Amino acid sequence: MSAVTEHAVRPVPERALRPAPQVTAHEIVTPRRTKRWIDWVTTTDHKKIGIMYLVTTFVFFGLGGMEALMMRLQLSEPNNTLLSGETYNQLLTLHGTTMVFLFVVPVMAGFGNYFVPLMIGARDMAFPRLNALSYWLLLAGGIVFYATLFFHPPEAGWWSYPPLASIQFSPSGGQDAWIFLIHLTGISSLLGAINFYATIVNMRAPGMSWGRLPLFVWAILVYAILLIIALPVVAAAVTMLLTDRHFGTHFFDPTAHGSPVLWQHLFWFFGHPEVYIMILPGFGMISEVIPVFSRKPIFGYKAIAASTAVIAFLATLVWAHHMFASPVPIVVLGFFMLSSFLIGVPTGVKVFNWIATLWRGSIVMTTSLLFAVGFIAIFVIGGITGIFLAVFPVDWQLNDTYFVVAHFHYVLMGGAVFSIFAGIYYWFPKITGRLLDERLGKLSFWVMFIGFNMTFFVQHALGLSGMPRRIYTYQPGLGWSTYNLISTIGAFILGVGIVLTIINVAINYKRGLLAGPDPWKANTLEWFTTSPPPVNNFDVIPRVRSVEPMRDIRRQIERQTGVSQKTGGSERFARM
Amino acid sequence: MRALANEQQIGRQRGHRARALSFALALSLLGSLAFAPIASANFLTLKHGGSPNANQISSLYNIILYIAAVVFFVVAGALLYSVFKFRAKKGAVAAQVHGNTRLEIGWTVAAALILVALTVITFVKLPKIINPPNSSTGGLVLSASVTQPTPPNGKKVTVCVQGRQYIWRYTYGNDCLNNAFASKLPYSYQLMVVPANTTVILDIQSTDVVHSWWVPSLGGKVDAVPGYTTYTWFKAPKASTPQRPVIYHGQCAQLCGRDHAAMTAQVQVVTPAQYTAWLSRQSDLISKANAQVTQLRAILTAQGVLSSNGNL
Repeated sequence: MSAVTEHAVRPVPERALRPAPQVTAHEIVTPRRTKRWIDWVTTTDHKKIGIMYLVTTFVFFGLGGMEALMMRLQLSEPNNTLLSGETYNQLLTLHGTTMVFLFVVPVMAGFGNYFVPLMIGARDMAFPRLNALSYWLLLAGGIVFYATLFFHPPEAGWWSYPPLASIQFSPSGGQDAWIFLIHLTGISSLLGAINFYATIVNMRAPGMSWGRLPLFVWAILVYAILLIIALPVVAAAVTMLLTDRHFGTHFFDPTAHGSPVLWQHLFWFFGHPEVYIMILPGFGMISEVIPVFSRKPIFGYKAIAASTAVIAFLATLVWAHHMFASPVPIVVLGFFMLSSFLIGVPTGVKVFNWIATLWRGSIVMTTSLLFAVGFIAIFVIGGITGIFLAVFPVDWQLNDTYFVVAHFHYVLMGGAVFSIFAGIYYWFPKITGRLLDERLGKLSFWVMFIGFNMTFFVQHALGLSGMPRRIYTYQPGLGWSTYNLISTIGAFILGVGIVLTIINVAINYKRGLLAGPDPWKANTLEWFTTSPPPVNNFDVIPRVRSVEPMRDIRRQIERQTGVSQKTGGSERFARM
Repeated sequence: MRALANEQQIGRQRGHRARALSFALALSLLGSLAFAPIASANFLTLKHGGSPNANQISSLYNIILYIAAVVFFVVAGALLYSVFKFRAKKGAVAAQVHGNTRLEIGWTVAAALILVALTVITFVKLPKIINPPNSSTGGLVLSASVTQPTPPNGKKVTVCVQGRQYIWRYTYGNDCLNNAFASKLPYSYQLMVVPANTTVILDIQSTDVVHSWWVPSLGGKVDAVPGYTTYTWFKAPKASTPQRPVIYHGQCAQLCGRDHAAMTAQVQVVTPAQYTAWLSRQSDLISKANAQVTQLRAILTAQGVLSSNGNL
């Protein structure tokens, strides 16, 4: 089956030669009646909501990062007395909960909010006011949770296993604040998910069949479906925990024939799909960035879209691999080992397809692509260590150790966060109309890449040497001290790398080079409008004829005018 | 035009400097990774050596490690090669390939085959990991017991492990599960003493929150969940000698509260003779301590500090 297409020789039908729209969109300037901040608070514009999502989640990312650095400082040497066991447990709970519920999941909603309507040629989300509600519920959840800093933060970890999280062992209101955080961010994500689903199913540009949907939009669609499947389960579970704590029920109370293992099943039935909820949109961004900067169509579009759906299906069947050391029969462990193995196949397919897209491309190494390539390298390690953990006898040794900490940071920090950074460098020009500094960006990448690997690679060795996770201190002479020191130094290097990008954004938000509508010569419709896009996104919504509508439009204009399209600043990136 | 060219040249020089810097950083990373293993063992391998199940898990891990290393180097190699080889050059045109069904089916099947192989290897290894063997000759001779799991000849030492915030309690005796407190079985805290060459079965319970029993050299971890009893076993080959004490370290692996880090465990392996001697000495010490408590209670009751039912 030959899939090579020759564009030059294909006859051009007369119809295609109609004048291509030159002015793609224009700003309608209305006299400003309200103050600027009221504009933001009352907005239902998906782009403004998207920006609010991105800014808010990055504030939480900063908080979560500071919590991580404090924990790393505490562990930098044995018998350190910087933090008490109580404070350390509070920090690990804050860090885990923040990164999962207030950063990675909602930051993907932020990107989705801004770019899904633009990529499918819609003028807004299906339910704009619901969209605003999603954002405000997220913020409310974050405030409820972080308000505990002034009272008593929760300290039972982000899984909050009962009985530790029950009223006897966690009497403080911090645990209840954690429950309300799950409820508020849960409703926020659920509403957001329904909104994404309705938008993507109903509001695509003419001609944009399922086979022409951008891969990022595919990822957001599946992300939404997974959220709709997983979130009601955790909402029910935390409600049961709440009634156990305050209203006399005994769902998880072993002294009254309740079962702590029930919580583990319910939590992880949500918790494992949550992992894919966090990483699938990242996969989608990588699938957008790589073809653009390889100047090549994505290799195996159908396989990538299908693997996203297969991963989502399997994600609901693997939860008990978090519970291999719990009281669960061996035959169940065998089932969950096999289902976890299976998920490796579609994930592997994605990685192979990305590499095949780079293969024989004409690679323009922008910062965005650098982050994408770094993502693949790191994610491969995280994926492979996942196979170790899926083998349940091996997991009996590795579960709840620093090996697991290393594994999921390779997947979520090196995976999701690196893809988020690839997305930031790729889409910042669209959001602000200005380019980020490429040199500073590349420096940021290398500092992050080195800091990341230094922090987390040695954590595999820590786990293998017997260090359990979530301990606030350790004795010298166990072979852990050197690894921990390396890891702590690495964490600060990683922090510097992240700050470099934040500086880059702060400087270039107002002063960066003007980007023009399509600085990268990209493939998807968001580049068809001005940067930043006007409130109505598009004056004309073009008919979509392939997965790469912008390429078709550029080619059409080139054919009509006979000159190569000079778009924004893309020539700057021709040879880097 | 000339200004532009100049600018490009400067840009290129800067690019070289950035590349040199990045190489230097990458070298320093590799350096730190290369020297780390010298700092201590278990950089890439699991702890083992204390028990056959730990050894089997470790060899299973090593097989996966070899396969994983090959997969990683192939994938990372392809990634690095394509990134360096296919940089944009003047006149280079990207191949407009949309896919290749045969290739895509090929690598899907290849990935699946690797996982099938891993599944087979795991299930081949599994019986040796979960089923305890008989005690060796020279091990302690014991009566049979009905608690699971059990070696083929049914002879074993049973120790009940009870997790509580933040200490492990060990009760010695085949009947420990049914009456850990009522019977006068010897017990100890934190330090477990076991006979060498003998199959030791652990019955694990918790009295408060979820804990996890884990001594890496003696096998995998098992959660101690209140309301459940879980089991594991080990069979340590070497006994302590006065010159070389054999003590395996472990600690609670499931977050159990503020002093989770302090919930450590030590397992000392002694000869069967030393073990029986230790048990009777422990029983002696416990009954003496109990006698002292009874005596003290009697005195305090006589003085009127405690009421006749023993309360304050």
